[in-house]
Amino acid sequence: MLELKSVGMRFGAVEALLDVDLEVGAGEVVGLMGDNGAGKSTLLKIVAGNFAPTSGRVLWGGADVDLSPLSARELGIEAVYQDLALCDNLSAAANVFLGRELSRRLLGILPVLDHAAMRRRSTELFEELGSDTRADDLVRRMSGGQRQAVAIARARLSSPRLMLLDEPTAAISVRQIAEVLELIRGLKEQGVGILLVSHRMSDVFAVADRIVVLRRGRKVADKPTAESSPEEVTALITGAIEAA
Amino acid sequence: MKSLRRAPQSLWVTLTVAALAGVMSLVSEPFASSDNIFNVSRNFAFIGLIALGQTAVIATGGIDLSVGSVMGLAGIVTGLVLGSGQPLVLAAAAGLACALLCGVVNGALVGYLRLSPFVVTLGMLSIARSLALVISNNRMVHDFGPDEDLLLGLGGGRFLGLANPVWLLLVAALGAAAWFRYSRLARHVLAVGGNEVSARLAGVPVARVRLTVYVLSSLLAGASAILMIGWLGAVTNALGQGYELRVIASAVIGGANLMGGEGGAFGAVAGAALIELIRNSLLLLGVDPYWQGAFVGGSIVVAMLVERVRRTGR
Repeated sequence: MLELKSVGMRFGAVEALLDVDLEVGAGEVVGLMGDNGAGKSTLLKIVAGNFAPTSGRVLWGGADVDLSPLSARELGIEAVYQDLALCDNLSAAANVFLGRELSRRLLGILPVLDHAAMRRRSTELFEELGSDTRADDLVRRMSGGQRQAVAIARARLSSPRLMLLDEPTAAISVRQIAEVLELIRGLKEQGVGILLVSHRMSDVFAVADRIVVLRRGRKVADKPTAESSPEEVTALITGAIEAA
Repeated sequence: MKSLRRAPQSLWVTLTVAALAGVMSLVSEPFASSDNIFNVSRNFAFIGLIALGQTAVIATGGIDLSVGSVMGLAGIVTGLVLGSGQPLVLAAAAGLACALLCGVVNGALVGYLRLSPFVVTLGMLSIARSLALVISNNRMVHDFGPDEDLLLGLGGGRFLGLANPVWLLLVAALGAAAWFRYSRLARHVLAVGGNEVSARLAGVPVARVRLTVYVLSSLLAGASAILMIGWLGAVTNALGQGYELRVIASAVIGGANLMGGEGGAFGAVAGAALIELIRNSLLLLGVDPYWQGAFVGGSIVVAMLVERVRRTGR
């Protein structure tokens, strides 16, 4: 589905990414790991269309594409950012539909927000995700896991084919982490491809089909999770092992 | 206790208004007279109308300090155009057009150039007041030409026992309440005030939303000014001087959060009612009018304290 071929990214004298190949298929969860500054965020931003790579090719469904934030969305690539970008003062449903509110016409002319339809659709999305989030609750009063569900439900609204998750389990409690991992498994079952950036080794090993390790902008490993181990990945991240 | 804390601020303010009115009708005979009620309701209608727009501005996390001066400018322009023999419709349109222009300038500077709302509208407070002085040449306008009776009837008249401005406020408040609940724009207003970055990422046209609320605020100030000169029967360039404080106080007491993201129509009206009631009560109780500013100012601070206490509970 998504293919990066020898992608490089240079910021002035700094080589943030060097000659990286990456593939994510439908229904595949790829865990992207690496130390701070290894290039994970840069890679994610290239796929989300925020950065254009300075070299290499990006392919979508086998064809070359030029990604912008808008065109990435149109292709079906949705990013869920670490800081979640939710409006705390609005309800879960309002956040899910923010910027693409559903409306109906009152007396055939006056456009008004269709609260019932948005509530219904959000509730469906939360159910699909197996989350206990309620559509009418204010985000301000939600747990970290529920917030994550709102952010993912928002991204799900457009039925994306690839989701980019940036540190979805950072800064939430252990119980909520289990919820978020469950959300990711749910998305996978529905055939959504997932590029998961995480620092948490145990989370990546719990849900990822394949693990990609970056070190100083280079890809040093790309192998099925089953054939690797947390010890090996740690060694790859720190550089104790050159490559695997 | 928890559910009480979660009750909207507009409910608390309404209860306070009812309690204060109850006490006043016991201790002061003239308070409950129909004349006094009529006057109080009319006086707060002018403020309440503008507070509706101010609430929308505050809900985006902004503030509009220029409403009092915009009233002065719109009032003077309307009065002069009427005095030159033009019909009321045209004069009102001219006054509203001036208000619109002020709102567009405020909104464009805050929305598109991202200048601080406080500074931009403080500038407009000075500019609009100065323009009112220039245009009127510091003269009072009390000759309203052939449509004078129409204007005086509009602002000073009554219908079914209520002053006309009160009717207008009721209609506007119901409209605004529906707008807050059912319009996409109002949803975006709250989103911008809640988390601007998130709103932008979600595709909300943040700058346009900001522009719109400042335009609404100015237009309501202009409309209120036109009604007010009809009631007063004359207009000076001092019309609306100092009103920004009472308008902002109404909105804030009614639950608009100066940090953005919260506010509603009924709160603004209830807040305006409370302030006018406090002023009226002090007057009837024989308190020196010089104290009014202290009480109005104090009520804002108390409202903020109550809000803080409520907030710690959730």
